[in-house]
Amino acid sequence: MTQTSRSTSESGSGAAVVGRGTQPGPKASKVRRRLRAWGPGLLLVSPSLVLLGIFVYGFLGWNIRVSFTSWRGQTPVYDWVGTRNYSELFDNERFQIDVRNLAVFTFVFIGGSLLLGFVMAMLLEKGVRFEAFFRSVFLFPMAISFIATAIIWRWLLNNGSGESTAGLNKLFDNIGLGFLFSDWHKTPSSWAIAAIALPAGWALSGYVMALFLAGLRSVPEELREAARVDGAPERKVFWHVVRPMLLPVLMSAVVILAHISMKTFDLFYAIDQGNLRIDTPALYMWFTTFQPGFFARGATIATLLLFGIALVIVPYIWWSVRTERRK
Amino acid sequence: MKTLVRTGRYLALLVLVCFFLMPVYALLITALKDPASVSVVRMWELPQSFSMENFRIVWPDLREGFVNSALLAVPASLVSAMLGAANGFVLSKWRFPGADFVFPLILFGMFIPYQAILIPMYRTMQSANLVGGLDGLIIVHIIYGLPITTLIFRSYFAGLSDEVIEAAKVDGAGMLRTFFHVALPIAPPAFAVALIWQFTSAWNDFLFGVLLTSREFWPITVALNNIAGGQTVPFNQAMASALLASVPTLLVYVLLGRFFMRGLMAGALKG
Repeated sequence: MTQTSRSTSESGSGAAVVGRGTQPGPKASKVRRRLRAWGPGLLLVSPSLVLLGIFVYGFLGWNIRVSFTSWRGQTPVYDWVGTRNYSELFDNERFQIDVRNLAVFTFVFIGGSLLLGFVMAMLLEKGVRFEAFFRSVFLFPMAISFIATAIIWRWLLNNGSGESTAGLNKLFDNIGLGFLFSDWHKTPSSWAIAAIALPAGWALSGYVMALFLAGLRSVPEELREAARVDGAPERKVFWHVVRPMLLPVLMSAVVILAHISMKTFDLFYAIDQGNLRIDTPALYMWFTTFQPGFFARGATIATLLLFGIALVIVPYIWWSVRTERRK
Repeated sequence: MKTLVRTGRYLALLVLVCFFLMPVYALLITALKDPASVSVVRMWELPQSFSMENFRIVWPDLREGFVNSALLAVPASLVSAMLGAANGFVLSKWRFPGADFVFPLILFGMFIPYQAILIPMYRTMQSANLVGGLDGLIIVHIIYGLPITTLIFRSYFAGLSDEVIEAAKVDGAGMLRTFFHVALPIAPPAFAVALIWQFTSAWNDFLFGVLLTSREFWPITVALNNIAGGQTVPFNQAMASALLASVPTLLVYVLLGRFFMRGLMAGALKG
């Protein structure tokens, strides 16, 4: 920093007068002092920042770049074809089916998991005996890989009939619920993918329960008590006191489930590989990229997935960070 | 009326427990049946006699995957947790200008669909000669684990009072000294949460494993899918394999469920 600029920027302040001379001015030493204060911290996190910068943002950008090329096969091609891959993808029949499948799955999976998780949280909220046991049972599927989950459920979602009835259908038969018979994900209906919401919900509704339970228990008892003193029945206490405080929890749960439903790959892959009725963009990306080598198309699908997820995640992160700062 | 409500509540809980344990029941009894008496149509019937034969049949095919997953999940979780501890400490207690801007950017890395980095990551690993073995996979797990471990430690250290940090500074301790002597000694609970989360996700990962490793380095999930994922695999072997592959994470869950739960809360940004 030059002498003139410093004196203009600090004109009027007494410090500038003191700082004139051969020694570094107070501003420079202040900068150095501050640098000494936070420099080591920045240095300590910089390897992580660089790695994440490359592996997250660099790669995301690179992938977007690939979506504008005609790269096909093992040798990368970095030409520029504009938005051709995108328009081709939107006209692609398999992709259209995938998007529809994903919408059906997301709807059933989120709806089912929210309902189940909420009911479980409400049942446990008031305090029941063996609560820890119930909680562990509802949550343990979170500890199991989607591959193992899929391998168990592919046998439960068996659509054999007559003599070869097995899995859930057999169980329904045994306990007199034969009307629940289903072909599950093998039905020709375009709702086949909804069957996968069953294992997915089995795996994740315990998570929703945990979120709701934490939310319910963070409502101060005094607030409820005050409403009760005013003569509000339990139903109204819930609606006017508890429900508004659960909205943030509901939002978290929806965001978490929505992003999982968009990116999940292994559960579908291991339940019934190659069944197009349970195909989603995440699977199509894998199959088109790493088998026939349509890298550009795979990158295009991945870019669309990224934007779909960013649409829900970015506002969520922004909101979480802002809430934290207000505390 | 009150007892009616209470009975109803327990009844509903019982039905739910049945729903959650029903697959486990099928898994367990099938895996423990004598292979000769296994039949899909009789999957709900209790076994006539118990046998460990199924485990004996599938173990040789799973053993390698088991070892690989252990060799991969342990270092991946340790390194990721260490780096996360340093990041979390700096971002909460030794902030630099822009720390509040950088943190959400780090967090975003936790939610990205991995499909959107798969092609560049694969190319990079290929040119670094890190495809095929476990090294590349470990590196990838470390890096993509950083957002969550950073988040866990940042929330944890946020609870550390600023006076303690100031006191250390007054005593002339630099950042590293403060980190090692003030922050780390109180951090074991956060390490438990971060390590468990990372171990579980590395153990259960499939996408990175199937892309980055060749057959002899397959992690357990890839080996499991290969053994038990086909249509022709006997039902009993599929169940026994799925059970074996899940034992380590289930064990962690049963023994350290409290920390597992806290990791889940952190994963939803609810520190």
